[in-house]
Amino acid sequence: MSEHEYVPKSKAGKWFNDRLPLLSLGAHLSDYPTPKNLNYWWTFGGILTFCLITQIVTGIVLAMHYVAHADLAFESVEKIMRDVNYGWLIRYIHSNGASMFFLAVYIHIFRSLFFGSFKSPRELIWIIGMLIYILMMAAAFMGYVLPWGQMSFWGATVITNLFSAIPLVGESVVTWLWGGYSVDNPTLTRFFSLHYLIPFLILGLVVLHIWALHIPGNNNPIGIDIKKPSKDTVPFHPYITVKDIFALLMFMIIFAGFVFFSPNVLGHADNYIPANPLVTPAHIVPEWYLLPFYAILRSVPDKLGGVVLMFGALFVLIILPWLDTSKVRSATFRPMYRQFFWIFVVDVLALGYLGAMPAEGIYLFLARITTIYYFLHFIVVLPALGFLEKTDPLPASISEPVLTGGLSAVPTRSDKIINEKK
Amino acid sequence: MKKNNFIKLLVTILITTFFFGKAYSSSKDLLKIDWSFAGLTGKFERDSLQRGYQVYKEVCSSCHSMKYLSYRNLGQKGGPEFTLEEVKAIAASYDVEDGPNSEGEMYERQGRPSDHFVNPYPNDNAAIAANGGAYPPDMSVLAKARTGGANYIYSILMGYEEKPAGFVLDDGVYYNKYMDGNKIKMMSPLSNDLIEYTDGTNATQAQMAKDVTTFLTWAAEPHLEARHRTGTKVIIYLILLATLVYFSMKKVWSRVDAEK
Repeated sequence: MSEHEYVPKSKAGKWFNDRLPLLSLGAHLSDYPTPKNLNYWWTFGGILTFCLITQIVTGIVLAMHYVAHADLAFESVEKIMRDVNYGWLIRYIHSNGASMFFLAVYIHIFRSLFFGSFKSPRELIWIIGMLIYILMMAAAFMGYVLPWGQMSFWGATVITNLFSAIPLVGESVVTWLWGGYSVDNPTLTRFFSLHYLIPFLILGLVVLHIWALHIPGNNNPIGIDIKKPSKDTVPFHPYITVKDIFALLMFMIIFAGFVFFSPNVLGHADNYIPANPLVTPAHIVPEWYLLPFYAILRSVPDKLGGVVLMFGALFVLIILPWLDTSKVRSATFRPMYRQFFWIFVVDVLALGYLGAMPAEGIYLFLARITTIYYFLHFIVVLPALGFLEKTDPLPASISEPVLTGGLSAVPTRSDKIINEKK
Repeated sequence: MKKNNFIKLLVTILITTFFFGKAYSSSKDLLKIDWSFAGLTGKFERDSLQRGYQVYKEVCSSCHSMKYLSYRNLGQKGGPEFTLEEVKAIAASYDVEDGPNSEGEMYERQGRPSDHFVNPYPNDNAAIAANGGAYPPDMSVLAKARTGGANYIYSILMGYEEKPAGFVLDDGVYYNKYMDGNKIKMMSPLSNDLIEYTDGTNATQAQMAKDVTTFLTWAAEPHLEARHRTGTKVIIYLILLATLVYFSMKKVWSRVDAEK
């Protein structure tokens, strides 16, 4: 982070800034030196901020019309869809917004995995990010319960029942969560309250996430440390802002495609059936973004074991900075990790697919294999690669070629520029 | 990201879409119709909606409620668009319970456009009791509450067949090709010339099934036309804006690229 000697030009500005340096903060954000070789995978941070704000704004409006009561919730959602002016638009943005939020966050996380953005000195950014991700899942799950359709009710029943696996106190914990002896009105009202709270917790963590980011500065596609500011960096504004806005607009086109032309394709038809405690749906399936964890949960024959493994899947992510032993950040210079990265991507996608399938026969078998591989990747492959892998030589800076003479394995944008110059 | 990785990513996305598409699509091949409301600029056929309402009113509504709709909705833009006079007449043909009045008594009065569709049964239990233990689902959002949507409803209406030899059916249960387990408690509701369309259209089973499905799709998604219209404008706007931003971006970044 560069030190700012920012002095406002106007007298009023100076007076204000001496008392509350908001203008200095603005200047810092605007001048913030950013690696000039950031590719489009780096635009998802801005996109995610947009997603969060969209969810909060549409959510606040929805909460003005929604009624958190087991007998009225479903009807109030239908009222929003039918009678509130542009209620259909606001609700479809909010419900599809959750999916778009997760789509963006998965790309953001996999980008970090590929380019090693979670490594020293950015461990805390990563951990805060993981906390945001966990809160997002909690918020999304509770939000899905609010329309009080069949999937809402039975999803809530299945997920809250997981806590009954805790030895000794499990049953009491579940009763406490429900506010009764089954998922009912008290469950709905507390979920609504928490669903309103969590986004603001996320917002707070996002501030910390960005604050922590601004200490070491952005990682970049070649993953080397760079001097800031230098020839390798550009000021955040206008260079990164304009690029982020362009990427955001591309993202919004896809977003709008879902909202306006297939708003229900990502949801489940059963959630348009009002909740009925006496009728269990044929398949209880969570939303797509939770499916990999659902597959892990169901792949263990023992309930407690399944729950432990599911939370373990998140825990290995949190401690990832200490599991990956390689000093080299970017997969660009890690020929072996590059292969394992893509195997891991396929593994997670396979888990997602298997989570949507019934837990039986070949699906269950494959879910077990992919679950085992998920953990192998973190516990065996990543620690071992640091010792076994021969990494490619790193360039000295973004603008200069590799010290040892040859160009890096991947011609980056700046390498190309150098080649042309030669 | 290098080209190689990009290709890997594309292949992964393609495979995933394929599998997830299969996972989400229904297991049975439903009858498919080229619906006027499908597609990016899809609209309802006004005539079909009006006929569909007639089918609902004369056939379905004796068992199926539609409690989230009001008679006024029938005159709304993007719906069947009955005239105000027609809507008033439709509403007036129903008796609605209102009250309590100043004496504390409930009373019946003529329906008004602001009234909700009258429920055929006083409560859910009465509906279940009158239908051999099966609750006739409320039809307000039915088209969204079934995988396959309009095609599913159309298929069920057209899917009644003689049961195959050896297939055991209880009393009051009927064979339907498209129902889960092929057993349905509703007897085939439509048959040729069951009703007489006011606009003179030939009331074949297929015609009625198509009309009532169109009506139910509108009922589940009354703002579908506005959604399609707004969506087209929004996407055109975003593309234009993105184009402008793209060239601004090129211009801004040309300073950095030229530096070297």
